[in-house]
Amino acid sequence: MSIDTTSQAPTTTVSDTQWTLWEVFTQEGEGAPHEHAGSVHATTAEHAMQNARDVYARRGKVVSLWVVPTESIVASAPGDAGPLFDPGNDKAYRHPQFYKVPRGARGL
Amino acid sequence: MTASDAIPGGGNGDRGTGNAGGLDGWVPGAAPSTATSGVVENPLVEYLLRLGDDRLVLGHRLSEWCGHGPILEEDIALANIALDLVGQAALLLKLAGEVEGKGRSEDTLAYFRDAIEFRNVQLVELPNGDFAATIVRQFLFDAWDVLVLEKLTGASNEALAGIAAKALKEAKYHLRHSAEWVRMLGDGTPESHERAQRALDELWPYTHELFSMDDVDAQAAANGIGVDVGALEPLWRLTVDRVLGDATLSVPGDGFAPRGGRVGRHTEHLGRMLADMQSLARAHPGATW
Repeated sequence: MSIDTTSQAPTTTVSDTQWTLWEVFTQEGEGAPHEHAGSVHATTAEHAMQNARDVYARRGKVVSLWVVPTESIVASAPGDAGPLFDPGNDKAYRHPQFYKVPRGARGL
Repeated sequence: MTASDAIPGGGNGDRGTGNAGGLDGWVPGAAPSTATSGVVENPLVEYLLRLGDDRLVLGHRLSEWCGHGPILEEDIALANIALDLVGQAALLLKLAGEVEGKGRSEDTLAYFRDAIEFRNVQLVELPNGDFAATIVRQFLFDAWDVLVLEKLTGASNEALAGIAAKALKEAKYHLRHSAEWVRMLGDGTPESHERAQRALDELWPYTHELFSMDDVDAQAAANGIGVDVGALEPLWRLTVDRVLGDATLSVPGDGFAPRGGRVGRHTEHLGRMLADMQSLARAHPGATW
């Protein structure tokens, strides 16, 4: 099979007219983890930061923002869920639930 | 539609009424003086109306973008900025009503004054035009607004200083946002550059009014309430020139300097905007929701 690359290309190249996708992480207090809030489209890192601020930080107590190009995220495949995660579920001795957590130790 | 539709025929640059009368004995924060002569009954009230009306009118103009933004994120951003400006206006007009002492609330001042009683600069009342015109206008205003609010945080009137401190945080973000967009549009595609330059050419004449001083401004500045905006122009040009340079946009030549908004002479566009903005409150006075 040969592919004609000289004509009729639009079906693959014009499908996405959106800007680059960025993932947004918000931190709601000092020392708290940055948690995934959602995504925005933007042209540059500064633009992504502004859009993230306007979409995800305009209400509430956000103290810090991360924006990451979505393409930079390496995600596990759904089909790998069994091998990756199931082995951890049936061995109680792997869970640190036999320890007493000192009073006042939060955010563990 | 482009901002060229927004250029009114009027605007001859004269100041009209002299209003030095009645300024004597003005004490910051004092009860309103009784009218003596001239058009300005209470210069502090007048000054607060100017500050508040700039923000109310620009906030309403921006709110007209709600649901029409070029992308979802920018639609939300413009609505955020609109809400910030309307919030600032509410505080400033509330203070104006309190200082005036005639029982006019911020809502009364926003919804039951006609165009001739509004004190905003003409720049903010012009129709939105395209996205480039909206952004360029916002940038030209924001660069001025940050400088004004920085000065007002030191105002001798504590209430005004407090409002300015809160508004300054918002304005700094507005400037960051609009400046970044000016760069993106000016240094973007040929079409975005052309639209941004056209917007700048059409809006530039209206920036001069931001720096004009009359008796009310001078009196306010002398009393430690207001800002000597004339002295801010070189600082404003530093910011504007830097961003426009990044954006590969050029400052147009001068020669046309419409003004009059500060004394109630407006373009035809303000009346139409107010008809829209005020219709609900006037049809249902005192309505709550």
